Amino acid sequence: MAESYTTTKHAEGHPALQHHFENMEQQREAGTLGMWVFLVTEIMFFGGMFLAYTLYRSKYPAAFASASNHLDITLGAANTGVLILSSFTMALAVYGTQVGKRKLQLFCLALTIVLGLTFLGIKAVEYKDKYVDSLIPGTLIPGHPFSPAVQVPGESFDEHKLHLLPGATVKNVEMFYWIYFAMTGMHAVHMIIGVGLLSFLLFFSVKRRYGPEYHNPIEVTGLYWHFVDIVWIFLFPLLYLLGRHLEHGG
Amino acid sequence: MRAIETFEPPAPSKVNYLNAEYGLKSWLLTRDHKRIALLYLGSITFFFFIGGIYAMMIRLELLTPEGDLLQSTTYNKVFTQHGIIMIFFFLIPSIPATLGNFLVPMMIGAKDLAFPRINLLSWYIYIAGALVTIYALLAGGVDTGWTFYAPFSTTFSNSYVVATGLGIFINGFSSILTGLNFIVTIHTMRAPGMTWFRLPLFIWAMYATSLIFVLGTPVIAITILLMAFERLAHVGIFDPALGGDPVLFQHLFWFYSHPAVYIMVLPSMGVVSELIANFSRKNIFGYKFVAFSSLAIAVFGFLVWGHHMFVSSQSVYAGMIFSFLSFAVAIPSAIKVFNWTATLYKSSISYDTPMLYGLGFICLFTIGGMTGLFLAALAVDVHLTDTYFVVAHFHYIMVGGALMGYLGGLHYWWPKITGRMYPEAWGRFAALIVFVGFNLTFMPQFVAGYMGMPRRYHAYPPEFQVFNVLSTAGASILGFGMLIPAIYLVWSMRYGKRADANPWNLPGLEWRTQSPPPTENFETTPVVTWEAYEFAPPEEIEVIGRLRGEFENV
Amino acid sequence: MSEHIVPVKVYLAIFVALLLGTALTVVAAFHDFPWQFNTVIALTIASFKATLVVLYFMHVRYSNRLVWVIVIAALFWMGILFALTFSDYFTRDWISIG
Repeated sequence: MAESYTTTKHAEGHPALQHHFENMEQQREAGTLGMWVFLVTEIMFFGGMFLAYTLYRSKYPAAFASASNHLDITLGAANTGVLILSSFTMALAVYGTQVGKRKLQLFCLALTIVLGLTFLGIKAVEYKDKYVDSLIPGTLIPGHPFSPAVQVPGESFDEHKLHLLPGATVKNVEMFYWIYFAMTGMHAVHMIIGVGLLSFLLFFSVKRRYGPEYHNPIEVTGLYWHFVDIVWIFLFPLLYLLGRHLEHGG
Repeated sequence: MRAIETFEPPAPSKVNYLNAEYGLKSWLLTRDHKRIALLYLGSITFFFFIGGIYAMMIRLELLTPEGDLLQSTTYNKVFTQHGIIMIFFFLIPSIPATLGNFLVPMMIGAKDLAFPRINLLSWYIYIAGALVTIYALLAGGVDTGWTFYAPFSTTFSNSYVVATGLGIFINGFSSILTGLNFIVTIHTMRAPGMTWFRLPLFIWAMYATSLIFVLGTPVIAITILLMAFERLAHVGIFDPALGGDPVLFQHLFWFYSHPAVYIMVLPSMGVVSELIANFSRKNIFGYKFVAFSSLAIAVFGFLVWGHHMFVSSQSVYAGMIFSFLSFAVAIPSAIKVFNWTATLYKSSISYDTPMLYGLGFICLFTIGGMTGLFLAALAVDVHLTDTYFVVAHFHYIMVGGALMGYLGGLHYWWPKITGRMYPEAWGRFAALIVFVGFNLTFMPQFVAGYMGMPRRYHAYPPEFQVFNVLSTAGASILGFGMLIPAIYLVWSMRYGKRADANPWNLPGLEWRTQSPPPTENFETTPVVTWEAYEFAPPEEIEVIGRLRGEFENV
Repeated sequence: MSEHIVPVKVYLAIFVALLLGTALTVVAAFHDFPWQFNTVIALTIASFKATLVVLYFMHVRYSNRLVWVIVIAALFWMGILFALTFSDYFTRDWISIG
């Protein structure tokens, strides 16, 4: 009754245990919860941009459809496949660490990085194409304003020219491209950060820092990576596919 | 005998978190939440005085109806910067980053927050945002109002909008990391026996505040980014000429900025719960109601932002929804006020400085809250919006409410933080000066606003002068009242009477370790077997001791 | 709280399902459905894919209640942002002033 205190020896054990935690389980729980709370902030961050997209799409449906049809669906779909594969390899990397399969862990971490870089590479190709077609909105690139060549009715089809659906204006097409660059650009920034984190993980994995008893950093980086994948899972149909059913001809 | 009375305080050791290590590096690279709290304390106090200087300039200009002290463009910069500094660099971090950082681990019986390095990082991010903003102020300032409305901010203003926006953007991450840290800590690091309903109400308030940090701040972040890009690159999300809608900016801006005001007041309410219960030596009336009302305020606070946009061309139907929800959000706040009052009833009140601030909070927050209800009524708001009525309303909440709670908490926990007592007589004197000065400053503004004086104008019709003169006189008294604690608190750090572990003789977990605490907070991990405000009834206490620990629990 | 280890077979199945979902959404995009169904279908497929990632790749299926609450709360909050903002935009035309 008198003892309302208990003496606990200062938590010993795993070298990765931080001094303010009682045991590894508490540290793991805190780390996972921390990443989830962080992902909530990311959902709200992207949410603002999804709101802007939804608003302007409902205001300018024809312009948005026209602009969307001008995006390269092959590259977009390829990127989607790349990212889904990278989520799979990320999950395998976590699995490999959990069960102590070091080769699997290292291989899958490396492969996830490669796939992430592939995604960014394809994105760079797409961005370059936009630059060539003068589809960079506003004065983002000084001296290179938004001035796409517009398909004139009756002309032979030119894939570099913008085909405007009835009711679409170039002004509102520019709005679409701004949202496209803002959302995919912000997504790409998060991918770059993810690739950076994974590189650290790979480096420390080579040094045998992680294993079945301690793998929370890989787990939570996986959560982050999967989140970035989910954002793209929504971006792809919303940006690339919205007007395809209105396309006429090739 | 209850568990609480068998408490044997550990023999105080000379080593505490302040003297455990010396040197600049030990402070700038610390992981100790208590040292980080002090780093924040210094920073926000600095910004408080900068914001106060801007306030002085406003009140000096408004002494006379003519715009004779400052040009209108300068005046625009002065009130903008007053708002930005006070809101983003003082009020929002104030209690969470100082008292919260210091006390959250201690009140739950933990050695530190869940992520100490992220805690330090949040302070560095705060400083980085502060430096960028200071650069913007020195380079020429910003004149858009702290609300940065498009299209003035995005297209027409000639001031340092992007730089200031960048400073605030960076600062936002500091808030997010603090909130994240608190949420994880409170979920995962409570001591054995510390169930949710044994937590002090300050922790409930910090938890609710952290929810708002995490859910709201990212939206202002993206809003500022979009505004900055629109300004720099003329892309048109908010520009009608380019197909955009300026009201979208307002929706995104206020989605955060309304909950932000609850970030500012909720922690203060948490402090007041502590002050009222502890200085009337009575368990808080309706503990669960107060705890859940904190969560309710955090949630409801996200549903009302449109009440800042009643006259912005927002749909009338949306306005009606927001108006109704704004009435609803007043209910949990009112519940708190009723519960605090019921706690005071038939209790043993001691009018120490912290209690004076706590009582002042109840009075002034009630006035501020009620005038908020007037503004929530759509039709009334059409008349009162953008007048001094609004200015008075929010200062009653933010200064009369949030700041009073902060000062009360600072005084209450001062012996724990520094190991010294502040001079009580000066404390009470300053509290009264602040109370009188505050009311004299802002009560006349209600009248001026109701009679039609617009806000954000450096010149006004002569019929409003009498209110402005009263207000400026009050502001001088208020400013004087704020300087006094600044002086004696600093003085007390060297010359104040040394305080022992529990100078107020209270049951809270933070009082069961020495003052100042050791770096790891507790000698041994506590096991909690008592409720949050378990006071011994008066007949069991032989001597009701006071501040200096010259008593014993028999 | 012991940790649940998800077998590789499950990950593989989810991966295949995600690829199929992607193919399906691309095919459906070229088909002209009435009203706004194209959007509804696209968002439904995307939500389904996202749910698979959340439940299995992110282990939420095997996580404690707190994680579920967090995920649902985040979606709910985004919902608040959308719902109340559109309560303005979609009702602006209901009343004509002047």
